[in-house]
Amino acid sequence: MGKFQGDIVINTERCKGCEVCVAACPFSVIAMSKDVNGKGYHFAIKVNDECTGCTNCGTVCPDGVITVYRAKVTTE
Amino acid sequence: MEELFAKPEIRKPENIVYKKTNLMIDRPLSYCPGCGHGTTHRMLMEVIEEMGIQENTIGVSPVGCSVLAYDFLDIDMLGAAHGRAPALASAIKRLWPNRFVFTYQGDGDLAAIGTAETIHACNRGENITIIFINNGIYGMTGGQMAPTTLEGMRTATSPYGRDIATMGYPLKITELIAHLPGVNYVTRQAVHTPNHVRKTKKAIRKAFEIQKEKKGLSFIEVVSNCNSGWKLTPVQANKWMEENMFPFYPLGDMKIDGKLV
Amino acid sequence: MGELKLMKGNEAIAEAAIRAGCDGYFGYPITPQSEVMEYLMAQKPFERTGMVVLQAESEVASINMVYGGAGTGKKVMTSSSSPGISLMQEGISYMAGAELPALIVNAVRGGPGLGTIQPSQADYFQAVKGGGHGDYKLIVLAPASVQEMCDHVKLGFDLAFKYRTPVMILSDGAIGQMMEKVVFFDQIPRRTDEELMKECPWAAVGKPKNREHIRITSLDLDPAGQERVNLKLQAKYKTIEENEILYEEIQCKDAEYLFVAFGLSARICQKATDLARAKGIKVGLFRPITLFPFPIQQIAATGNRMKGVLVVEMNAGQMIEDVKLSMGSKVKIEHFGRFGGIIPSPDEVVNALEQKIIGG
Repeated sequence: MGKFQGDIVINTERCKGCEVCVAACPFSVIAMSKDVNGKGYHFAIKVNDECTGCTNCGTVCPDGVITVYRAKVTTE
Repeated sequence: MEELFAKPEIRKPENIVYKKTNLMIDRPLSYCPGCGHGTTHRMLMEVIEEMGIQENTIGVSPVGCSVLAYDFLDIDMLGAAHGRAPALASAIKRLWPNRFVFTYQGDGDLAAIGTAETIHACNRGENITIIFINNGIYGMTGGQMAPTTLEGMRTATSPYGRDIATMGYPLKITELIAHLPGVNYVTRQAVHTPNHVRKTKKAIRKAFEIQKEKKGLSFIEVVSNCNSGWKLTPVQANKWMEENMFPFYPLGDMKIDGKLV
Repeated sequence: MGELKLMKGNEAIAEAAIRAGCDGYFGYPITPQSEVMEYLMAQKPFERTGMVVLQAESEVASINMVYGGAGTGKKVMTSSSSPGISLMQEGISYMAGAELPALIVNAVRGGPGLGTIQPSQADYFQAVKGGGHGDYKLIVLAPASVQEMCDHVKLGFDLAFKYRTPVMILSDGAIGQMMEKVVFFDQIPRRTDEELMKECPWAAVGKPKNREHIRITSLDLDPAGQERVNLKLQAKYKTIEENEILYEEIQCKDAEYLFVAFGLSARICQKATDLARAKGIKVGLFRPITLFPFPIQQIAATGNRMKGVLVVEMNAGQMIEDVKLSMGSKVKIEHFGRFGGIIPSPDEVVNALEQKIIGG
């Protein structure tokens, strides 16, 4: 039995905190940080383990700051 | 800062399924947070990358928010005078018939000051692609009324809302263009949700394929937000766009293979 | 050896463009220069040499088509007449700013406004002082014959590419319309794309993997950067002034009086010189051929040997300002002009010399 697991890497220094990715994620994986980056934006961060690597966030991010990974993980 | 929920076993180069294309130059975009320009730029560059035509593409950028598009797109580009991009592109394509030539223009550039250049390039059936970002406002100059500003919409130069009696009607230039015989493909898309982004990319790909087959002009309108000009957050702006812009500027194909849909 | 033809000035421009290996002409009909595009369309240069000829929707579109073509390194041109050239100033300024080579022909007609369709030289200021917005200059060539209409097309393209700058041929309705003998140079082949890319590494032709992408623009939002652009332009104009001045002196050696005139006015002054000499007045003619760069030292040297100088123009007094700046105030300098489309007769010019300079 296998299922897909995903992960995302957010270039937080380039994130402008628009939150469009938050709205696009079907599993509420992304939320906004309380901290701000060098430009003063609350950047996107990953807040749970539910990512399936669907690429929605990366696709919709206007600044292209999200890289998405996806792999089939075999479970016993 | 320590990153929670990272999965090192997944986060390997061979597992990358989405990454910003290298044809986007690695520098911060000059656009406001949540602006659709960045997304549209990226889709355009993804198409150029996938078709392997970086070396054969010449772009023309407008005057407006995307005036600096040539700083972000890793292709040869010319910056046109306000509204004149279709004139530049017409000449470039005729002089370089084997290059892929596109313009990238906003609503003020394409549908106000450049109306003549737009209509006539379309009517001549120039074998180019026009990408038209319609956010119903002049973003760069600080949110003034555009030809596509909706009735009643407040802008810096229509502070009490666009009054049709004194300011005229919002211009559906894409509908006008669809009726010109030189135009092969006309579609209206958006980039505010993942599915819309994917459809926009498909439309751009189709437009470039039409150019490859020398079938005439392809015209893609992207209805986009201007959260700064509209004075909303990006997420609110996208909602406002769905509720107000899309009913007046409905999404979808208007013309395929030279036939009105 | 070249080919001898009898031809209108405007047609000579068109034929010379084809022979110069021009890649593209973009224009809009306007009297008195519509023959340029008519001749090109009739000659089918798209079959003769592969040259593109396109009738645009306006002069605004024409000049921006030229801008597009020039930005990709192609040898491109347009032609128009005064009201159309006014519309083109936007694109000309952008090309000057982006340092692009192009050839623009102005068959000047009387103004202001819609004015008249008859010949004039009232666009001198517009041509030599920039014309559009910003600190820039065009190289301005002033042909006085159909032969020079032909020759200046080739020269204009050469200078445009040598200095990466727009060049203007400042003709007028009369030189454009009149028929004369003209000896054409042999066909110069259009450059191949490979030759173009070698000659114009700055051109936006499509980005190969092994070089940076090219951006053709006149925009630099950083004032320090924009000042550098301006300084570079000014340095270029200085080099042009040092190297490219053209002028002609006729019967100046023994002259006591001098006509200074360009283009059609110089033709009239040449006849006036003969008429005056028949009356015993020793007069010569100084004809600037390049209006920018202006022959400052040459006019000063010749003019200041004279008892008086009459600047003859088909305008209300434009080039006279440059003549005065060149010569200073040692010698009397007066202007004689007819305008609004009136061509002065040689007799009128001699009269003006007698009254304003000799008797004045």
